[in-house]
Amino acid sequence: MSVADGGTARTVAAVSAGGMLGSLARYGVAEAFPHAPGGFGWAMFAVNVSGCLLIGVLMAVITGRPRVHPLARPFLGVGVLGGFTSFSAYALDVQRAFQAGAPGVAVAYLVATVVCAPAAVYAGLRVTRPLVRRGGRP
Amino acid sequence: MTAVLVLLGAAVGAPLRYLADQWARSRFGGGFPWGTLGVNVFGSGLLGLLAALPAGPGLMAFAGTGLCGALTTYSTFGYETLRLLEDGARWHALANVAASVTAALAAAAAGAAAAHFIAVLP
Repeated sequence: MSVADGGTARTVAAVSAGGMLGSLARYGVAEAFPHAPGGFGWAMFAVNVSGCLLIGVLMAVITGRPRVHPLARPFLGVGVLGGFTSFSAYALDVQRAFQAGAPGVAVAYLVATVVCAPAAVYAGLRVTRPLVRRGGRP
Repeated sequence: MTAVLVLLGAAVGAPLRYLADQWARSRFGGGFPWGTLGVNVFGSGLLGLLAALPAGPGLMAFAGTGLCGALTTYSTFGYETLRLLEDGARWHALANVAASVTAALAAAAAGAAAAHFIAVLP
């Protein structure tokens, strides 16, 4: 892990820039759709599940195409989608629902997100893989 | 102003996650997503601490929404879990989900407990 070489420094910069964009979008969604302390955190649920769907789409394109820009995955995957989705906000939402005396909501939110996230990745991959294969080989 | 603080925190958090993942891969190999698990647990603990202090709106925007938000990730966690499933490593996938959720929640609770301890310090 040497940040000194140009490739790594560019990658780190791409991750940072992407992370800023993704996090700003997450902040915007959270501000636009606040929820009560004991309520279901629909905003973060939607952010995390849609981010998972999009990483499925992205990874199908990146792994299926012969030539992809080397910064595509660091910028879009690690940066934008990594910054958009958040495990800490998810954990805090669960904790707050428990503290607000809504254990049913806490468990429903906990389970719904953790089940829907890999399912959304799968859906993104499944829908995109055939399209990339068809488009990639003329 | 709040948005700028979120941006600044994310500018630090996202590359920290990347570097932690690179380090974990070089240290433990790529078989199990230790890097993502580590940052998700650490970030959840730090956010639990900040939320329980409670930190002011500025610090919360920078370190909570920005840094912890970007340091932790759900998309990479979801992708790595699905990759383990696709590779036939079902138990690793299940272990990743169980460990991530329980350890992150435990860390958030520990962070909150630490905040309450800090609050009673003279």
